[in-house]
Amino acid sequence: MSVSTTAAAVAGRTEPAATRGGGARVEFRGLRREFGSGVVALDGLDLTVEPGELLALLGPSGCGKTTALRVIAGFETPDAGEVLVDGEDITRVPANRRDAGMVFQSYSLFPNLSARDNVAFGMRVRKVPAAQRAARAAELLELVGLPEHGDRYPHQMSGGQQQRVALARALALEPRVLLLDEPLSALDAKVRLTLREEIRRLQLSLGITTIFVTHDQEEALSMADRVAVLNAGRLEQCAAPSELYERPATAFVAEFVGTMNRLPGRMTDSGRVAVVGTEQPVDGAAPEGARDVEVLVRPENVTATVEPDGDATVVAASFFGSVTRVLLDLPGGVSVKADLASRDAGALAPGVRATVGLAEQPVLVVAAAS
Amino acid sequence: MAALTSTSTAASLDDAAPVRRTRRRPRVWRGAVLGLAGLYFLLPLVSSFVFTVHVPGQGVSFEAYTGIVGAEGFTDSLLLSLGLAAATIALTLLLAVPALVAVRLGSPGLRPVIEVMCMLPLVVPPIALVTGITTVLRWGPEKLSHTPLYQTFLAVQDESFPLVLVFAYTVLALPFVYRSLDAGLRAIDVPTLVEAARNCGASWPQVVVRVILPNLRAALAGAAFLTLALVLGEFTIAALLGYEPFAVWIVTISGAQARMSVAVSILSLLITWVLLLVLSRAGTGTSSASPASSASPASSKES
Repeated sequence: MSVSTTAAAVAGRTEPAATRGGGARVEFRGLRREFGSGVVALDGLDLTVEPGELLALLGPSGCGKTTALRVIAGFETPDAGEVLVDGEDITRVPANRRDAGMVFQSYSLFPNLSARDNVAFGMRVRKVPAAQRAARAAELLELVGLPEHGDRYPHQMSGGQQQRVALARALALEPRVLLLDEPLSALDAKVRLTLREEIRRLQLSLGITTIFVTHDQEEALSMADRVAVLNAGRLEQCAAPSELYERPATAFVAEFVGTMNRLPGRMTDSGRVAVVGTEQPVDGAAPEGARDVEVLVRPENVTATVEPDGDATVVAASFFGSVTRVLLDLPGGVSVKADLASRDAGALAPGVRATVGLAEQPVLVVAAAS
Repeated sequence: MAALTSTSTAASLDDAAPVRRTRRRPRVWRGAVLGLAGLYFLLPLVSSFVFTVHVPGQGVSFEAYTGIVGAEGFTDSLLLSLGLAAATIALTLLLAVPALVAVRLGSPGLRPVIEVMCMLPLVVPPIALVTGITTVLRWGPEKLSHTPLYQTFLAVQDESFPLVLVFAYTVLALPFVYRSLDAGLRAIDVPTLVEAARNCGASWPQVVVRVILPNLRAALAGAAFLTLALVLGEFTIAALLGYEPFAVWIVTISGAQARMSVAVSILSLLITWVLLLVLSRAGTGTSSASPASSASPASSKES
């Protein structure tokens, strides 16, 4: 499964990643990694990351996203395939000779070193002169917003501060690629939000190619130029966030990214699909020979209006500020979620009868589960 | 209202009283237990000290202490024991640290096997160990007299520095060293720290010297101290193999000079304690650099 890099549309961004430059091009070619227990973590992964791009690897636990990142870092050796950085094959290069800075999920600062010494560690190992080392460490601590924390030890800093220092350490050797392995997952929600904005700001200002592993779709969609969705070691789709959300290539992507309704439908002779009393055009190919199908519809494409004789019943309504999510029961034991503007959803209280409709637009259709 | 206030005040005082009583009780018990433990440890020491300084008919005399340094064999046996201890500490750590780190990084499944192997010396009595060593030392020269190993057998039994004791003590010290190092390794996330260091460009030797060892300082000091204490006090193996380190020398002179023998025992205890303090100081270092003594990382709030 190959993804064309030139087609990397960066919808909603002011500047395409490909023109940002500065970073390196990273290519995965047919990567395969199987662990001893027979678990296939990577199953022929082909993917290219453009210079200066922030690519998020998104997927459920065990889909192979962290393994892919560890292969670039040199902590895992693939059973087959290769990793190229700017065309250079680094598959067998030892981890300490790869030009890749990494921020880990767990706090990985050296407990015996201060923040300054942690940032300077790589430079010390590479015998950078002390004065130059100190100046660069101070500059990086300033860059991550911790200029006063140089003398603090890891146990004297909060989780967010530690991850900022880890980021500064990863950037200290001016790597060609920055690897982020769920760096925000151990932090609380508020710090997480702040730090992800800071990481994005830094990445854009430095123009460094960045690969960000996350299982949090909100994080991936809000930060990345492109998102690569992995499932069982294979690439399902790699696209800009808006494209991924609006035009998912597979049922897995459709259901993994955002919320999706699965509604029973029936193919008509005209090639459209009949679903909840409407007829919709089909997005892509319909399952061959199947009349009874399942239709994937986003909650924001579902409409619901109060109707005393309607066949739907409101079960619950959750208020999310400008949007209210209404859960309705349809005949035949089918449930459907509808995201409505809160000002229109006031009357849709639990127990109220309503009519459900769909906005006219192409829908994804999959074979009905037996 | 006044009545209500006074009632509530009285009630709060009543509430406070039992609390104070329950708090006082553990303190009493704590003091009693501490006192008993103190007596248990100090009484023999004080009795021994009194025995060494009180000469019937002559009163108090410190002759038993002043004569120690000049006593025949004292310096040699003490230096031999310290040398054996240093060599044993070096050999044990050299074997145990890389093995435990490698198991933790590469084969975590082997940990129970390593643990059982390291704990075995606890269940093998020293007398069994020394019997085995004696048999090998007798068998070796007979069977290997025409091979280069013959000289090796002689060298390890050299009286001035019997390496055979270092090997035996290394085996005896393994359980203590394992426990100490294992606790130290559990306290740090070794795989992540190693990967972070490798990612920063560190070679494997640099990872060990700059990252693993500094973070194991307290565990290393603990392991070193336990080994030191074991070697300084070990008698059975050395005596049965015919060597005279410090513990054997103390027993040897006890027949002729009972007071000096006890005085030396007291001094050796003091020396061990001083060395313990030095090693534990070296192990903990500055408080700011010691994560073990700190609260959890998330304890401080994001600023």
